[in-house]
Amino acid sequence: MSGNILDAFARALASGAVRVIDLTHTLSPDFPVIVMPPELGQSAPFRMERISRYDASGPAWYWNNLSFGEHTGTHFDAPVHWYTGRDLPLNTVDTLPPADMIAPACVIDCSAEAERDADFLLTVAEVTAWEEKHGRIPAQSWVLLRTDWSKKRAAAYANLRADGAHTPGPDAAVMRLLVEERGIIGFGTETIGTDAGQAGHFSPPYPAHHYLHGAGRYGLQCLTNLDQLPPTGAMIVAAPLKIQNGSGSPLRVLALVQERSTG
Amino acid sequence: MTEPLAKPKRKNPLARMRQPLLPPSARSRKAHELTLAAASGRFMLQCCSECGQYTYPPREACPNCLSSDLRLQDTPTGGVLLSETRIDVTSDPYYREHTPWRTGLVRLDCGPSIVTHLRGDCGGPGNRVVLSLQLDRGGQAVFFAKPIPETPNMEDDLQWLELTADPKHRRVLITDGRSPVAVALAQALKKAGATKIFIGVSDRWKPFNEQKSLESIDGIELVDLDLTNERSVQELAMDIGAKVEILINTADHVRPAHLFDAGAANTARDSIDYMVMGLMRLAQAFGPVMRSRGADGPTGAVAWVNVLSVHGLSNAPQFGVHSAAHAACLSLSQWLRTELRPGGIRVINAFSGPLDTEWFQTVPPPKVAPKALADAIVDGLKCGIEDIYVGDVAKDIEARLFDNPKAVEREAGQ
Ligand SMILES: [Zn+2]
Repeated sequence: MSGNILDAFARALASGAVRVIDLTHTLSPDFPVIVMPPELGQSAPFRMERISRYDASGPAWYWNNLSFGEHTGTHFDAPVHWYTGRDLPLNTVDTLPPADMIAPACVIDCSAEAERDADFLLTVAEVTAWEEKHGRIPAQSWVLLRTDWSKKRAAAYANLRADGAHTPGPDAAVMRLLVEERGIIGFGTETIGTDAGQAGHFSPPYPAHHYLHGAGRYGLQCLTNLDQLPPTGAMIVAAPLKIQNGSGSPLRVLALVQERSTG
Repeated sequence: MTEPLAKPKRKNPLARMRQPLLPPSARSRKAHELTLAAASGRFMLQCCSECGQYTYPPREACPNCLSSDLRLQDTPTGGVLLSETRIDVTSDPYYREHTPWRTGLVRLDCGPSIVTHLRGDCGGPGNRVVLSLQLDRGGQAVFFAKPIPETPNMEDDLQWLELTADPKHRRVLITDGRSPVAVALAQALKKAGATKIFIGVSDRWKPFNEQKSLESIDGIELVDLDLTNERSVQELAMDIGAKVEILINTADHVRPAHLFDAGAANTARDSIDYMVMGLMRLAQAFGPVMRSRGADGPTGAVAWVNVLSVHGLSNAPQFGVHSAAHAACLSLSQWLRTELRPGGIRVINAFSGPLDTEWFQTVPPPKVAPKALADAIVDGLKCGIEDIYVGDVAKDIEARLFDNPKAVEREAGQ
């Protein structure tokens, strides 16, 4: 192999030896957003209004105005999003170190468990079992929780009942393990939040947000296509919009995966 | 008796749809005093404060004592039919399509004699009648006489139907199924003979309690409609725009906010996007097709109802954002009224005080039950009223605004 890594990478992309997988949902008006109690502030859903489409408002061009909350669609959570990360340096999307936007991923497949139980919780036991098979989770890597939740649509995806949302997520102990002992760069899910639907009742409430952002780590949510990723070896490209003092943003999340056969 | 209105047959797709025409509409500014009365379903004439004599047509001075102190006031409606005229031939394009048309001369018990439209079953001279002030399809006040006692199917009189917006045999769109009024409104419309009731529901992934009650009403169809989403509104209009004869916009967004709160701007933006821009999106998508169908048979497109807060007329600081958004909706509604007038489509505003619902939990009674609001809207459609005031709070504010708008403003801030 030549000394130029990027040259080799370019050739691997061109030959298909490295595949690019889109982990992003389409930003569309009907994609569910997080619902807060109605007396609290709400995230604006994604909306698009036309400026012109080759018409009287713009004869030769098509373009739109967009509006949405920072935490809409497939999106990135910066440390400042949670109170635990409010005093950290570089805690907003505009100050996010660019090097953190590319990192390897460990994918823990809990799709079978999540199918049986919408309130399935990732615990230390699942992580220990995963590490026995695939090795210790390396520092500065993403941990992505695969639940296949992204295959659900609309009401089944939001899964709102009278006592709140019922969607899978991590418990508090596993978040402390991943953040404090493994030193992960962030945690990603297929559901509307990095936390479980009922995580408001955990101690501390919303443990994924609490521990990740308190340690300056990141969140990714509403991911899709995690079923196309290997347990280890995928490289994640996650670059949020550079919004001044932004707490997060919708973004395009890409995974680079090396095809096994080309070794 | 009147021939009952038959359920309309399906349209012949080869037949041309008629263009809406309007009755002659020029009125003097003074005559608009009658428009004011007709709009809210009241029967009012000028009455002299000096000698007490009722006067018609509207004048600058009393013909009896020459006093200039003539005031519009509620007037007894009873009278005797003196003569009747049946118009079979006319050069006016609107009336040509509606002959035979009956008019008559009525002497009111309180004095004045008035030329009025007559319902078909008023009988001949000498019969007792009651008069009302109605808005014709051009939005101008006209008198209308009904016989006493009432006769069978009188609500189906063709002349009367031109002056009203009866839901009977019509298809209705209720824009927000999550509104606390939606269930009661759908039931009242059903009872009034609406053939089909479309009910818009946004964010179908968010469950809501009333869904079962709505679905259990016969003739209901829940449709996707998100007023904050231009595309959603347009797509629904593409689907059912040409089937909506009455549109009832129940959109409301009640969120208390103090003007100086950090989050107040977001609350205002949410409310205005949902209610004001929502009404704008509805108007753009449904307005043109409804206007074009104003003469589409006896049950063509006929009315657009906006459910508004009476605090849109004068701000209630406790619900400041809500009041401001409804004020903007009212202004937009007046604009819409002008735009829909060429189609003969009535734009009706139903002003309500606080509803007896969760968001007005802390407001002391009297509050308006959703059923009372729903019944008032359907009544308003059947009687052809333009401004409906529902409940004690709304009626009180209406009367006080008529009297002294400044007092209403100052007292609301206390
Ligand atoms: Zn007088």
